[in-house]
Amino acid sequence: MQIGKDLVAASATSLVLAIVAEGESHGYAILKRVAALSSGNLQWTDGMLYPLLHRLEKLGYIAGRWGVPVQGRKRKYYRITDLGRTELAVQRRQWLEVDATLRRAWLLEANSSG
Amino acid sequence: METPSQGFDLEGRIAEWRAYLLGRKAIHATDADELEDHLRSQIDALSEQGLAPDEAFLVAVKRIGGQDKVTREFAREHSDRLWKQLVAQPDTDEQPAKSSRTEALVVIGMAIVAALAMKSSDLLGLEEQAKEQYIFRNVSFFALPCLIGYFAWKRKLQPVRCVWMAAVFVGAAACANLFPFAPLGATEVLVGLHLPIALWLLVGFAYTGGRWNSSAERMNFVRFSGELVIYYVLIALGGGALTGLSAGLFRVIGIDIERFAVNWIIMCGSMGAIIVAAALVELKKSVVENMAPVLTRLFAPMLTILLLALLATMAWTGNALDLDREVLISFNVVLMLVVVLLLYALSAREPLAEPGAFDIVLLVLVVSALVLDAVLLTAISARIIEYGTSANKLAALAENLILLVNLAWSARLYFQFIRKRGSFAALERWQTSYLPVYSIWAGILIIVFPPLFGFV
Repeated sequence: MQIGKDLVAASATSLVLAIVAEGESHGYAILKRVAALSSGNLQWTDGMLYPLLHRLEKLGYIAGRWGVPVQGRKRKYYRITDLGRTELAVQRRQWLEVDATLRRAWLLEANSSG
Repeated sequence: METPSQGFDLEGRIAEWRAYLLGRKAIHATDADELEDHLRSQIDALSEQGLAPDEAFLVAVKRIGGQDKVTREFAREHSDRLWKQLVAQPDTDEQPAKSSRTEALVVIGMAIVAALAMKSSDLLGLEEQAKEQYIFRNVSFFALPCLIGYFAWKRKLQPVRCVWMAAVFVGAAACANLFPFAPLGATEVLVGLHLPIALWLLVGFAYTGGRWNSSAERMNFVRFSGELVIYYVLIALGGGALTGLSAGLFRVIGIDIERFAVNWIIMCGSMGAIIVAAALVELKKSVVENMAPVLTRLFAPMLTILLLALLATMAWTGNALDLDREVLISFNVVLMLVVVLLLYALSAREPLAEPGAFDIVLLVLVVSALVLDAVLLTAISARIIEYGTSANKLAALAENLILLVNLAWSARLYFQFIRKRGSFAALERWQTSYLPVYSIWAGILIIVFPPLFGFV
């Protein structure tokens, strides 16, 4: 099942923060993790991740550092900051609330139609 | 990874892809590095799954996404790199031919209105000195409403907002012209000096199209203000040279045009040029784009050395407290220059770059300005205690406090940033959220000071 573009975009920040909170990571690994966690249902345009990472970095939620180049390949690693953890907790509560609301709504719908 | 037998040059293709990416203004080399690492990781993974290099390359490039789409996303994220394109043409494509002609007409119209407003001083039949004072008090009301009108038109500002901005202008004009100022009084000078500072906030509001609450928009406005000054100075220099040349040529044929030059060319030109300069900043941004960062990089170290030398001399001679009024005012100007330079340096800086040597120079500049400000505050307080207060001293004291608060907090944030304990964005946000303080203070001064000090 493919998830719609708007939902993918809406969940992107929370998802990236949660993945980076697991440990320092880089763009390619973050996308692999998204694919694994969603069993491939959340499809991102790969290039769009980087502007998002830069925005989160600017907001101070994550901090980036350049790794030592291996064979001329430069890789940037990101880790979560304290501010990012706070933000993640807030967003987590909001998502849980959205989830709970939807479940209640669907329960009512199931009861009335059944 | 290469398979020469198939004749596919993977490295060449990646280099090509990268060069194409770097052709976009919003993508910097570091972004290309990051995306290239991603592309290579993807190609490696796909090759392991058994894809041929050319196939792997194509799939990886496709997954990264269309360059237009990705570039637009980068541009939105780093609007500072692209502020001109983004500000000039938001998301929709305009019809350039038609709108640029209308724009030229609006600019010329506004410039003429500003120039005529300046010439209104001739209609009042005032004496030479009264006329100069009239111009001094009202100069903000000649060009700024036209500037705001231009941006209100360009950004399609809601009429309600235009109405309340007009109301502020009417109120300010009433203060400047209806207060019974004593001849050559200090409060009149203070009001004249602070009017542009107070009203510049409204220009910012119009420039950002009402989105004044966004920190990024405010930074764009700071950049705009700096570029405007550069353009204005260039126009003034060119205009001055041309006027001088024409005066010389007319003198050759026995006609003296000096009065005409002063009364018409200089008076009208000085106002109209503000509108024209603003329109040039809007239209031809890339021409002088790199001037402002270069100037900041040039002047910040020089000013730092100047301040350090000054502080060292004061410590050596120990006559810090014997400063008289002229010195106090010029020191005030130096402090303002430091704040402006800091603001400009921040606006021109790549926010994600690591702290570097220039940041340390700026921190030293801020700290030395802070020390100087403290010395100055002591001196002003001493003068107030010794001779009693006056409008000038109280204004100088308050302005120093405002600058002191800004510099102290900036120094703290900058220190944290250099120690990698804080983000650059925090420093930028502090500066942009402090911008209204200057204008609000100027507004308070304009309304409160003249009655408080009996219009003297």
